[in-house]
Amino acid sequence: MTAVVPSPSDVEVEVREGGSRYDRLIQPARVHGTLYTDPSIFAEELRKIWHKTWVFVGHESEVPQPNDYVRKQLADQDVVMTRDKEGEVHLLINRCAHRGLQVCDDKAGNSSSFRCPYHGWTYRNTGELLGYPYNKGYGGKNKLELGMGKVARVASYQGFVFGSLAAEGQSLEDHLGAAKGEIDRLVGLSPEGKVSLDAGWLRHKTRSNWKFLAENETDGYHPQFVHGSIFGVTGSPIGALYSDNSTAVTRNLGDGHSENDLRPEFRGFAEPMRWFGTTPERVSNYVEAMNEAYGEDAERRMIEGAPHVMIFPNLFIAEIQVFNIQPVAVGECVQYATAVQFDGGRELNQRMVSQSIGSVGPAGMLLADDTEMYERNQRGVEMADPEWLDVRRGLLRESVDENGFTIGSATDETGMRGFWNHYKSLMTAPDEGHED
Amino acid sequence: MSVMTEKTGDAVLPPRPDNGTELLDVPDGWEAREVEQFLYREARLADENDYDGWEALWTDDAIYWVPVDGEGDHPRATVSIIFDNRNRISTRMKQVKTGKRYAQAPPSNLRRIIGNVELLGGRANAEGGVDIEIGANVLAFESRPRGNTLWGGRTTYRLRRVDGQIRLAYKKVVLVDNEQAVPTLGFLI
Repeated sequence: MTAVVPSPSDVEVEVREGGSRYDRLIQPARVHGTLYTDPSIFAEELRKIWHKTWVFVGHESEVPQPNDYVRKQLADQDVVMTRDKEGEVHLLINRCAHRGLQVCDDKAGNSSSFRCPYHGWTYRNTGELLGYPYNKGYGGKNKLELGMGKVARVASYQGFVFGSLAAEGQSLEDHLGAAKGEIDRLVGLSPEGKVSLDAGWLRHKTRSNWKFLAENETDGYHPQFVHGSIFGVTGSPIGALYSDNSTAVTRNLGDGHSENDLRPEFRGFAEPMRWFGTTPERVSNYVEAMNEAYGEDAERRMIEGAPHVMIFPNLFIAEIQVFNIQPVAVGECVQYATAVQFDGGRELNQRMVSQSIGSVGPAGMLLADDTEMYERNQRGVEMADPEWLDVRRGLLRESVDENGFTIGSATDETGMRGFWNHYKSLMTAPDEGHED
Repeated sequence: MSVMTEKTGDAVLPPRPDNGTELLDVPDGWEAREVEQFLYREARLADENDYDGWEALWTDDAIYWVPVDGEGDHPRATVSIIFDNRNRISTRMKQVKTGKRYAQAPPSNLRRIIGNVELLGGRANAEGGVDIEIGANVLAFESRPRGNTLWGGRTTYRLRRVDGQIRLAYKKVVLVDNEQAVPTLGFLI
């Protein structure tokens, strides 16, 4: 008998024998349901992905002034994003070196220091311990080489702040790889070449494993079905971008990143601002500012529009929205969502806020329906049979583009397969300093 | 992604809809009991997912607002859970009535209690009149396959008489837990 489908007991055997269970659970055309439900896999993901690789945390525009701070989440870590008086951005772990309490209580503010409420230990907004009351008990001032915890590495790209809890590893730019170009595309729609994420965040509690979200973000197969209700009611042309006849492509950008590249469709129409659902006449100030900033290239930018890109593991840029996905537990995560704001593009910014409110967050006319799917996904994989999820769509018609990236049709699961390849490489990498 | 089409894009922010104008005295001609009866009716229509009945309560200059982070920042400059004008209320109702608004298909089972009803004052409206402003607490129990959720909040309403009928011009719901992540809010809060 040839065992094609491993039963859970086969998987267990393999783990015990020291092989990688991920080679069995993640196959080219299917992935195993336990990847979304097994708490031990989630614990391993925290260690091998969320506490190691570059994770999107926030944006520099959330702390515009010296000594600004804002509380953020990095997976299970309560993090304070601060800007010190020199202007440098830090990600501090919100934990007192004395008794472990949260040092910063407020959600956001402006302060050069934080004082723990328990025994009054005080820290500079760089994490350095400034003082502790009744210091004779420690032999005087400045005797303790302690500080708040820190996210080991902090780096920004176009103002997007990422943190890595691993002291060593590839640079942020290497991690972003080809996805850098997509972020560049987004900021290239600002007449000043800069975006801000200062319109606040919606926080959407989602009873689903985080990977269902990451996979869905560039799944061009679902929009016509999940979002048919709103496309139909508003006469939105978005559905057609994800139809069987669409010239858009799904691209595996490598390193777990993927995109729905809608540019072939918009180039076909060659209408500036169509991507935004408007015309140049209606946003003439913006168009003028773009023309002034970019000359002949402005028209191309305004025709091609903003990217639709999922950056591994948790940053999703959906044209005019930015999502920050953070895991809470094996079956729960939070989607943080905001509206992109273009510096120098005031005329678009209020529209982007308004459109984002209509589309995303807990009551969004798009994202509430996606989230319903994620939660049904989760209930589904808790059932016994079939054990696998199928990710083969488009496998037979993939090709390689002129830059060497694998591409599929608009509705193909090329992005998901790229996600899983990268996921597997991280999960099977040697576990430095950990034995379990 | 963007599914809305917008006709205008004023760069200058208008006054905040909640407290951007002066709170006046309670206008004449309103009885607490008729106000309460209206709020209970609005609550029942929402609980029973009577979308047409609920939509018909609104004035043409309606604002239906569910902010985040307490009272919320300016709703035209920052994101809210809901910030609907009359048009968008209509779009929301049309979507749910397709039966394929999956966040509400099947619809939630709901019952809510409206309490602590206070007549707070009056606000000048765009038609030159004064709407009565009312505060109340709400506790709503929602049941879905996802599980049960208890929603609590403070609601501010503005009511107006239009052709002899009471109409809803403004409803702002400040959820008690709106500084935290909240689950899908697919029903009419």
